[in-house]
Amino acid sequence: MAKSDLKIDIRTSPYIRKAPSVAQIMRNVVYALLPLAAYSVYQFGISALALLLVTTLSCMATEHFFCWMSDKKSTILDASAAVSGLLLAMTLPPGFPLWMGAVAGFTAIAMGKTLFGGLGFNVFNPALVGRAFVQAAFPVSITTWTPALAVDRFVEFIPSTLALPFMKPAATADWTAQVAIDGFSGATPLALMKFQGIMTDSYDLFIGNVTGSAGETSSLLILVCGLYLVYKKMLDWRIPAAVIFGTVISAELFYFLDPNKYPSPTFMVFSGGLMFAAVFMASDMVASPVTPLGIFVFGVLVGFLTVIIRLFGGLTEAVMYAILFGNAATPIIETYTQPRIYGARKKAKEKS
Amino acid sequence: MTQATKKETPLTLDVFTAGIWKENPVFVMMLGLCPVLAVTNSVLNSLAMGIASIFVLVCSNALVSALRNFIPKQVRITTYIIIIATFVTLVDYIIQAVSLDLYNKLGAFIQLIVVNCLILGRAEAYASKNSFTKSVVSALGMGLGFTLALVMLGGVRELLGAGQLLGYQVFSTQFEPWVVMILPPGGFIVLGSWLLLINYIQQRKTGQIIAADATAHCTVKP
Amino acid sequence: MSTPENQVPEMPSSTKLISTLAVVAMISGLLVVLVYEFTKPIIAENQRLATERAIFKVLPKAVSRLTFVVENDKLTPADDKTVGELVYAGYDKNDQLVGIALNAAAQGYQDTVKLLYGYQANSGCITGFDVLKSTETPGFGTKITTDPDFLANFKCLDAKVNPEQSGLIHAIKTVRHGTKQHAWEIDAISGSTITSNAIGRMLNKSGQALHPIITKNLSLLETAKIQSKNK
Repeated sequence: MAKSDLKIDIRTSPYIRKAPSVAQIMRNVVYALLPLAAYSVYQFGISALALLLVTTLSCMATEHFFCWMSDKKSTILDASAAVSGLLLAMTLPPGFPLWMGAVAGFTAIAMGKTLFGGLGFNVFNPALVGRAFVQAAFPVSITTWTPALAVDRFVEFIPSTLALPFMKPAATADWTAQVAIDGFSGATPLALMKFQGIMTDSYDLFIGNVTGSAGETSSLLILVCGLYLVYKKMLDWRIPAAVIFGTVISAELFYFLDPNKYPSPTFMVFSGGLMFAAVFMASDMVASPVTPLGIFVFGVLVGFLTVIIRLFGGLTEAVMYAILFGNAATPIIETYTQPRIYGARKKAKEKS
Repeated sequence: MTQATKKETPLTLDVFTAGIWKENPVFVMMLGLCPVLAVTNSVLNSLAMGIASIFVLVCSNALVSALRNFIPKQVRITTYIIIIATFVTLVDYIIQAVSLDLYNKLGAFIQLIVVNCLILGRAEAYASKNSFTKSVVSALGMGLGFTLALVMLGGVRELLGAGQLLGYQVFSTQFEPWVVMILPPGGFIVLGSWLLLINYIQQRKTGQIIAADATAHCTVKP
Repeated sequence: MSTPENQVPEMPSSTKLISTLAVVAMISGLLVVLVYEFTKPIIAENQRLATERAIFKVLPKAVSRLTFVVENDKLTPADDKTVGELVYAGYDKNDQLVGIALNAAAQGYQDTVKLLYGYQANSGCITGFDVLKSTETPGFGTKITTDPDFLANFKCLDAKVNPEQSGLIHAIKTVRHGTKQHAWEIDAISGSTITSNAIGRMLNKSGQALHPIITKNLSLLETAKIQSKNK
């Protein structure tokens, strides 16, 4: 980790070009996330909008609070907290009670970021830490899914959204039955696959015509937004590519062994939060490796773990844990994948 | 050691209170964390565990202190463990006699008091060097400090994890329990939060003292 | 202490070491025995009360009970300490058999789940259960005692014995929530599938093994209480 108080900056030519600041990168990530946010609001209505606002505000407030408590200059203006908040909201079910969203936002920043010393020092992706906490704390609410494109979605909240703080959310089963267009079962494609053996059509998955968390449904839109960031050179395309590659390889292996029992790689890649997580979560600049080989190892590890947890674990949404695990393994991956310094000779085979 | 036995420091209130706050076994010395994390999912469990630990701590320290001049150095750890194990076995029977439900809830953690470093640590570090009265008083303070820490953890975890305190519903029945709090991760999170809070307060305190003490010096700590 | 710390401690004779340990061990042995003897009857009484509370919970009409142990195909009167598969018969105040309580256990999500369930030999129904030991996840696995839909399974769960008296007519099994069709199926709790399955498995295992034996020895169970009084 470079020391922040280093003042002298030695660069080779060209000298004019300026590296983007943290705030610039974060702003661009926000721009890339906005279409996704808009699409989730279009799909799930004002509940999704409220959830996005609540988690973002909660993340920013937490960041500000901890900066104030430790007598530091507030860092909310670099927008990294806002990015965490937006990412977090998009991994939650649209009908997630707002107060739980606020708890998730608080935990994300408090436990995932400021505890380690703020941006640049976090070991894990903060948004995923927040989600992992609420997954463990409120396992029922985080697996309650509501249908997309309900008729009154722009004027009416999903009943569970407006639960009073610390209180149980209202049951959504009746409401779901009322608004669902045709035979909605309240299960995500992954849950359908796991517990009922039903495969959702890959085209629906790709377009986003399925149930799921607020921002993860449309793989197409996620790819487009990701490409924008890659074009702006603010996202290392190799990370998402490696994650998807790892997932396809691992899924293909099981599909090859028994196509009737295990889902196809296409399904694995486009279902659940995998695409979203690969593009926006795994590519977290701080918690992911930077060495070229390390990126590849990291991506394959995440993809492999995702498939394993999805197929054999008790939970349907696996990519979150896979990435957290990958984050934890990042230091060791980087240690072993240091690139050779230019001009240095390869040493005779080292031990260990 | 010879000095300590020849010239005893007088028994002060500090001997008693040290264990409760200044040298709190959990929050300051970080000893005996296994039961702290494992059984504190409710106040009742915490209290029972705390009382059992106080009993073992006080009795074993008393006996160790009383026998301290007879135990040869070479076999002292063995002897301490025998003494501690005896009292743990007694507690085990007594809890079974008092309430089987409680016994089932605390499970193996009663037996595991034997290997709690707090108890062996106090026997080795304090009781074997100090007079009977002082050892008992200090053990009582340490035990109370341990219990206090357990109850502080158990209180938060039960309140958030079940909406209750000591089995009484605190919030309305509509309260949504935070399941994670009564699971093992909750123990880590709550312990960490308490440590954060306590250290923060103490740092503020010492920070103020430093600031008032020496205005000429500039404290660099952010 | 015999050796000052700043000098090299001289080794005391092993006799001294051994005798010290022996004395300490004797003191501790004495203490343990004293407390053990004192608490033994209280613990036994506690255990009896706990067993009875569970039995009377699964057999609400019962006011007294007798314990039997399974030996091959026979049931023989026993007390609670007998090692083996215990069968508890519950009787009402007229000494009529009101049901039988049986133990069952299976691997749950974290550890073995043990429970006591009530069985009506005449109608072949399992009519309720009480969890004796469970370390299932709070909020999920613990729902087996609170979820009204799940408890509705145990109004009369079909566990009839087949005519050959070798097992159950229909194996008890757990089915996915909302797909229960027959009286011998258990409607699982959605979200607590593993614990629900464990209950199905343990009831099936216990039912296949024990219900035929109970059917064979039903007359013994029905008259046991009256006979024990007449004696």
